Amino acid sequence: MTTTNAPPDTDRSHGKQAAPPGKRRSLGDLKVAIIFLAPATLGFVVFYIWPTLRGAYLSFTEYSLLSAPKFNGLANYERMLQDSFFWNALAVTVEYVVINIGVQTVLAVGIAMVMYRLTKSITVRAVILAPYLVANVVVALVWYWMLDFQVGIVNQALGWIGIDPVAFFGDSHWAIPTVAGINVWRHMGYTALLVFAGLQTIPSYVYEAAEVDGSTEWKTFWRITLPLLRPVLVMVLVVTMIGSFQIFDTVAVTTQGGPINATRVIYYYIYERAFTRFDFGYASAMALVLFVILAVVSLIQLKLLRARESDLG
Amino acid sequence: MRRQVSVGRTVAWVLLAILLIVTLFPFYWMLRTAFSDNTQLPGHPSSLLPVESTLGAFKRVLGLATIEEAQAQGGSGAAVNFWLYLRNSLIVATVTTVCQVFFSAMAAYAFARLRWPGRDKVFALFLAALMVPPIFTTLPNFVLIKNLGLLNSFAGIILPGAFMTPFAIFFLRQFFLGINRELEEAAMIDGAGHRLIFFRLVIPMSAAPIATLGILTYINSWNDYFWPLLVGQQENVRVLTVALGVFRSQTPQGGPDWAGLMAATLIAALPMIILFLAFAKRITNSIGFSGIK
Repeated sequence: MTTTNAPPDTDRSHGKQAAPPGKRRSLGDLKVAIIFLAPATLGFVVFYIWPTLRGAYLSFTEYSLLSAPKFNGLANYERMLQDSFFWNALAVTVEYVVINIGVQTVLAVGIAMVMYRLTKSITVRAVILAPYLVANVVVALVWYWMLDFQVGIVNQALGWIGIDPVAFFGDSHWAIPTVAGINVWRHMGYTALLVFAGLQTIPSYVYEAAEVDGSTEWKTFWRITLPLLRPVLVMVLVVTMIGSFQIFDTVAVTTQGGPINATRVIYYYIYERAFTRFDFGYASAMALVLFVILAVVSLIQLKLLRARESDLG
Repeated sequence: MRRQVSVGRTVAWVLLAILLIVTLFPFYWMLRTAFSDNTQLPGHPSSLLPVESTLGAFKRVLGLATIEEAQAQGGSGAAVNFWLYLRNSLIVATVTTVCQVFFSAMAAYAFARLRWPGRDKVFALFLAALMVPPIFTTLPNFVLIKNLGLLNSFAGIILPGAFMTPFAIFFLRQFFLGINRELEEAAMIDGAGHRLIFFRLVIPMSAAPIATLGILTYINSWNDYFWPLLVGQQENVRVLTVALGVFRSQTPQGGPDWAGLMAATLIAALPMIILFLAFAKRITNSIGFSGIK
């Protein structure tokens, strides 16, 4: 990322102003910096660093919240290998992520293209962003109502075109696609705006050149727009994938893991283990595995991003 | 050629219109249901207008209806008081936002405008924390809050987010870096210290990004569910999102109180919808920044 954004030259001149020459100069504004950083550092150490280390430690213990954690080596991890619920949770989560990201990305690119060609209206952009600003819980409840088996409007509408009602949340085949679909509705506008911002960075002469060469719209999209959009798309994928691995609220409010484990995603399973079974050590171990998965996924994607950038020169 | 383009554009406009309808319809349906009579709802599932329009659902949810009235309308009869949860959400979101933005701004100033050894390394460490998935820190944080005896207190809900988030610092640092050095140096020659420069120069000059961050933080904090669910279960500190979950599980399974549920979701969503209507442009324009940079 942009850790070294400050131009070194202006930095140095500023340092001269702030501190008199001599011994103190090498320390720069350290004293002032300590004061300005104190509250943030307190929060960072207490609620980020320390819990990260402690979480790693707890994952090697047996801990029920009632007595002190007992070190038990790799027992939690061995148990995980045997735990069919864990593997099911992982599989369900991956299914969710694939459906969610796949549908959302395709829709978002489509929406962004349509907006880019038709209108730069801030109202249109605001409207499609609206679902993103409402709480997950609210979104989940509204759709829970609209997708109700008996009186939900969606099943009514399906009835008009002669389709039998679907038990969206009650049928184990439909439950995950349904939860994924709800979150696509919530996030597609946000994702589309990210892609839209990317589209605006593509210089117009590229398109003009394509037009002169007689390229059709379709060809232009596949051969020019999409490749030039790739860095943005990879970034969008990193952000949305990390987010969607952590699906919880929608499941907690609608299906609570059911029917028959069909929506017991990894986040929900960790939550259940920790807070309803007080199996804190095991929950921490699963959280660490999730951490590793997310780190690997984002490293791969960031690597792809870098490769692309150098390609484009 | 010309005709083909206009056909394409027509199709595109139709698609855009469908998209807007799909986006807005659930909001409308929430409104329509909230103003309906719950006992009459099942008879008219697809009526576009509220069924037997009434304010009964809102009264029920705000604790203004008696238990008998509530049960007659299909409610659970359990005491709910969304005024209280509204107040709690206001407290949590406001304190979190004010503290987080202010302390993050201070930190961002130290990273953007001060020069000290190890600065970039410390900043990289702060950024690295973005990688840690929330659930991983949530478990030990829960233990910490529990050990401190802060379960079911506002302090317990607010503290973890009150001091900083790596994103907030990153966001503000970007803007602080862009502030003109000469202004700052002129102020220094006039004898201004860093405190004065921060409050009188940097903060006023960054009012727009600070406001944007504040709005985004407020929305996130208002909408947060997981953490307040864990540490704020008791009535006196329960926030709206958690209350919604509780309300949903209380509604009778035979014939859920859909009207009440939608009235409750509307109450929970309304402050954010108003905030959004007021700042739509600012929020919309910030999306490009937060995702791409």
